[in-house]
Amino acid sequence: MTVDSSAARKPRRSAAGKAGTTGSKAGTAGAKSGTAGNASGTTGTKRTTRTSRAAAKKSTEPELVQLLTPEGKRVKNAEYDAYVAGVTPEDLRGLYRDMVLTRRFDAEATALQRQGELGLWASLLGQEAAQIGSGRALRDDDYVFPTYREHGVAWCRGVDPTNLLGMFRGVNNGGWDPNSNNFQLYTIVIGSQTLHATGYAMGITKDGADSAVIAYFGDGASSQGDVAESFTFSAVYNAPVVFFCQNNQWAISEPTEKQSRVPLYQRAQGFGFPGVRVDGNDVLACLAVTRWALERARSGEGPTLVEAYTYRMGAHTTSDDPTRYRHDDERAAWEAKDPILRLRRYLEAANHADEGFFAELETESEALGKRVREAVRAMPDPDHFAIFENVYADGHALVDEERAQFAAYQASFADASEGGR
Amino acid sequence: MAEKMAMAKAINESLRRALETDPKVLVMGEDVGKLGGVFRVTDGLQKDFGESRVIDTPLAESGIVGTAIGLALRGYRPVVEIQFDGFVFPAYDQIVTQLAKMHARSLGKVKMPVVVRIPYGGGIGAVEHHSESPEALFAHVAGLKIVSPSNASDAYWMMQQAIQSDDPVIYFEPKRRYWDKAEVDAEAIPAPLHKAQVVREGTDLTLAAYGPMVKLCQEVANAAAEEGKSLEVLDLRSVSPLDFDTIQASVEKTRRLVVVHEAPVFFGSGAEIAARITERCFFHLEAPVLRVGGYHAPYPPARLEEEYLPDLDRVLDAVDRSLAF
Repeated sequence: MTVDSSAARKPRRSAAGKAGTTGSKAGTAGAKSGTAGNASGTTGTKRTTRTSRAAAKKSTEPELVQLLTPEGKRVKNAEYDAYVAGVTPEDLRGLYRDMVLTRRFDAEATALQRQGELGLWASLLGQEAAQIGSGRALRDDDYVFPTYREHGVAWCRGVDPTNLLGMFRGVNNGGWDPNSNNFQLYTIVIGSQTLHATGYAMGITKDGADSAVIAYFGDGASSQGDVAESFTFSAVYNAPVVFFCQNNQWAISEPTEKQSRVPLYQRAQGFGFPGVRVDGNDVLACLAVTRWALERARSGEGPTLVEAYTYRMGAHTTSDDPTRYRHDDERAAWEAKDPILRLRRYLEAANHADEGFFAELETESEALGKRVREAVRAMPDPDHFAIFENVYADGHALVDEERAQFAAYQASFADASEGGR
Repeated sequence: MAEKMAMAKAINESLRRALETDPKVLVMGEDVGKLGGVFRVTDGLQKDFGESRVIDTPLAESGIVGTAIGLALRGYRPVVEIQFDGFVFPAYDQIVTQLAKMHARSLGKVKMPVVVRIPYGGGIGAVEHHSESPEALFAHVAGLKIVSPSNASDAYWMMQQAIQSDDPVIYFEPKRRYWDKAEVDAEAIPAPLHKAQVVREGTDLTLAAYGPMVKLCQEVANAAAEEGKSLEVLDLRSVSPLDFDTIQASVEKTRRLVVVHEAPVFFGSGAEIAARITERCFFHLEAPVLRVGGYHAPYPPARLEEEYLPDLDRVLDAVDRSLAF
């Protein structure tokens, strides 16, 4: 079963919906009528701008797939319920456990940065449902192309969380073998990995395999040319790739309105494939929608854009100061939609989990924090000669020459071997 | 079974051989399929190997290189074409931040056997962005290998070697030499990809060049010979790594070096060669290393390119200046 692309994008409301859905033409028309209805001449221009901005802003109000309300109530969804029909109470507890442990890991990493153990950390706080829901929808043979905040997806792929910390501590630029877990290394340059994902997906098609690829990126990345090009390539070659945009509302200090005049999921329409917006704080809905998109990919229906509408509760990274660009009340409003809290409410109301489960998880969570803390502190600095390692697969004369110079220089220090360095 | 063929044809034959030999080799780019590329370098390949192996791509250079990276991650060996030198810049980010660094970033777990073909250089009367020589911009980036053949035989063999390399190779094709013919022996044992060649022996001065300027330097050496000067000509073939040992050996013999390339002299590959050869051969040199190349100006309109590009007289002038020390 698949959901028709037009269904996901169908305009359901009046002016705002139209302006967003049908693009600039409708937007202009709306603005014009606004101007005509008001006043004249020069101020009309301003009003036009205001009107269309208002329309654009209004159209970003979420119209999203939701299966669990913030209060933890299960709501029916004719299109997506089928994709979570087989989810058992045990599965739900598993999703809850994933989210709690991921949050705990993330909190520990943030603390370690504050203690000077990590140079930087990009927190996922608030985005656990988007990552765990989508991550648990994947099959082992699928391939993940993350940005640098997908700690929850890495968790789902079985990447040891301590491996994620090497680059933030400054001991390497990666730290895991991407082919061990089909989880590519973190990509710092915004949006680059969406093209890698598309190329990889093209390779899957050439191999005649039925695996799928998922590419993670953010609302800011949606403005990058590479993301647009990856949409073009994936559509043209019908590549089995799911574009999973976590719209966490902020690209460092810039709100989503600075990236787009239409809701991000609607971008897909112009490239000829479906886009759907899902409640990114609803793990069940993220699971369902990602499964749907992966199924489309596997069955040869090509790419899908999933926009997980969520919120980055913390800073962009630990170097950032969100108090300079956003208000506390915004965060408070999103705290009420917390992904972990809503699943807990549901689990409790449905009697799917008892106190013992939560207590045990708390213990496990603390143990994870301790393990991460100890692992980071024990992480050795890389060998000096690592600078010259793996620059080339087949070697390079200049690297060899400079390595030899470096070795001679290092050796020139007296007593280096006796710890006098 | 040597056969005389133009450089464009030699590259075509080389790609054909690679496609036949290794099912993981792909050819990708704008217009490379039905049209056979704007220079017909990929002529007939799609017809024989199909649209799945010889892929006409959307008009998006970053997309071409970025998807090639993904295909390489999947185990393919893509050979991508950038249509002209000046069009590589939309893909520069993918080449520099991703292609070049993937192997190091993965601590050696990931290989990037991607070849980026770039027809480059001037002398064909083209419009803006169709005549540039950006090799130094790539050579500065660790993780990339940069080569440029000067003749059909090297073009054939260096393409084979570039495709077989597990490192990304930027393969600069001197477009003004596409139609020059030479013997290509598909049974030969080729020289190593990054080894410079002495293409003419001499005793008075060394001319070092690669790609389009090798032929010019050979002409310069002929002209100088008529004046009784014996010039040695090196075809460097590889810009990164550079074969400094061969340059050094030549300079220790001739004691003079002039480097010739089309790219602007400022921060160009000649600067690197001059600096390193000065370090290596300081007591052998009778004159400072001189450079002949483009000016620190945008590549000019076609009616001015003869003034901009190194020619026989400009190189001979540099030879005279060196010999005057």
